[in-house]
Amino acid sequence: MNRSDYHIKSYCRIRDGKISKDGELLFSDASEEFPAFIKAAYKYFETDYSKFFKMDNLSKLAFMGAEVLLRGNDEENTALILSNRASSLDTDRKHQAAISNPKGGFASPAVFVYTLPNICMGEISIRHKLYSENSFFIFAEFNPHLLSDYTNDLLETGKANEVLCGWVDYDKNKYDAFLYVIGKKGLLAHNTEELTKLYRTK
Amino acid sequence: MNNVYLSHNNIVSAYGFDSASAIDSIKNEVSGLSLVNDSNILPNPFYSSLIAQDSLSEAFQKLDPKEAYTRLEQILLVSLSDTIKKSGLELTDRVGLILSTTKGNIDVLETENPFDESRAYLAELGQKIEDFFGFKNEALVLSNACVSGVLALAVAKRFIRQKRYDHVFVVAGDLVSEFILSGFNSFQALSEAPCKPYCKTRSGINIGEVGCSILVTKDDNNLVDKSVRLIGEASCNDANHISGPSRTGEGLYRSIVSAMNQAKIDADAIDYISAHGTATLFNDEMEAIAFNRANLQDVPLNSLKGYFGHTLGASGLLETIIGMHSLYSNTLYASLGFDELGVSQPLNIIKETTSKESSIFLKTASGFGGCNTAAIFQKVNS
Repeated sequence: MNRSDYHIKSYCRIRDGKISKDGELLFSDASEEFPAFIKAAYKYFETDYSKFFKMDNLSKLAFMGAEVLLRGNDEENTALILSNRASSLDTDRKHQAAISNPKGGFASPAVFVYTLPNICMGEISIRHKLYSENSFFIFAEFNPHLLSDYTNDLLETGKANEVLCGWVDYDKNKYDAFLYVIGKKGLLAHNTEELTKLYRTK
Repeated sequence: MNNVYLSHNNIVSAYGFDSASAIDSIKNEVSGLSLVNDSNILPNPFYSSLIAQDSLSEAFQKLDPKEAYTRLEQILLVSLSDTIKKSGLELTDRVGLILSTTKGNIDVLETENPFDESRAYLAELGQKIEDFFGFKNEALVLSNACVSGVLALAVAKRFIRQKRYDHVFVVAGDLVSEFILSGFNSFQALSEAPCKPYCKTRSGINIGEVGCSILVTKDDNNLVDKSVRLIGEASCNDANHISGPSRTGEGLYRSIVSAMNQAKIDADAIDYISAHGTATLFNDEMEAIAFNRANLQDVPLNSLKGYFGHTLGASGLLETIIGMHSLYSNTLYASLGFDELGVSQPLNIIKETTSKESSIFLKTASGFGGCNTAAIFQKVNS
């Protein structure tokens, strides 16, 4: 149980070919593969950011979630607290396959840089000009208790005015993002029951 | 605000299996770096500091393991078992565990590795450590590039302040692997000689490995004679580039200012800076700019990379533990490898190991993804 004075301002869900915001379906696409789906989403939301196409799958997923939530949000001191299960393993496997190629493999710096899960927070920070706190945690599953504690601490100590936090996992063509913004005012109370309910809602 | 302290600690490194063996070597300016010729890891010979596998296996067998553990797990378990034992703490539900690593068991992705690929999942690594000692809480894994080790201390403090835990064991480690070296090599960032942070003749980074651990606690009954209080911490992003540091040192500068504000101190209260100093041109230059912007150019500063190389997700914790010893012995350790200043702004690099009465030090780290962390530590009895 976790109670705080803060609120869920907005939340975004990306999975199963669908993107929704605050419970409302904004976009759906029948593509079975993630790269086609996320590219269609990029176009649908009229995103103009060519660096998007250089990103790895995890960064694209986190980037689109942040795009849905932070567009029009002018709070400069928004901290990022993200978490997932698979870290950057999707890109790690690509880097490993390149260097262990029996014909003589070579590492690519453009791939290697994405072998860190926090890079997706770097991408969001650049896009939205956020010079703020970043922390990336790995959990076996979505852990609203620890995320809430950490969020409350950044807000209570004035390290951040708002926090974008949540879950962003990409592994073996399966993707699951649940991102939300916590601030002083908003739609719903910031507590773990509410977060668990929103995460589980299909 | 609550007092949060750093207490019992351990370093498993090329120097040995406790903090004292690393400190003794640093005091005598002995580098842990040596030329390694292992074509399984990198085609060319490279400088690194490696933990000897035979001594590690021997130390690990004393823990009486009941199953097979990877090399990184052995390093982490050997380090953490020493810290837990010395603390005498019972692992109740008020005790947390934070694992700080950038790549974990990444070597299990290699085809000849005997462990299952599932071992590469960091939560599984966390669980192995948690289960070995019987922690009551789920291990919290922090993977935030090269700031992980020092950020983990801030994270521990934040969870203690939220009353989630009373005590947190932080354990940090990363391996020297083909995965890592080939990546840094692709950036042409690896030096072919022992690294020389901030020096005019520097030519890049060395990668090393350590495992280290520490008790972070709110309880002043559980301190050691070198304990420090964590009085300020902050992490700010550069919002500039994912693989290159900001030219203005933006995120590092902001982190330092924010940490100083929280600690309620000015630049002149800082006696010593334990900097990141990877010995790449861009990193060292960025730090020089950030330290000057924060009016810290006259404060004695070193990088410990000339002793261990860059130990990735463990470096910040490793360097904090050494900073604690530096503070209490009132000794500033030489920044090994440094001859002549090779950055555009003035810095007060510690050229030789000297005595100086000290009570507060600043630790900084920066990493890929534009992340930066600054933390300020103060002697408990000052």
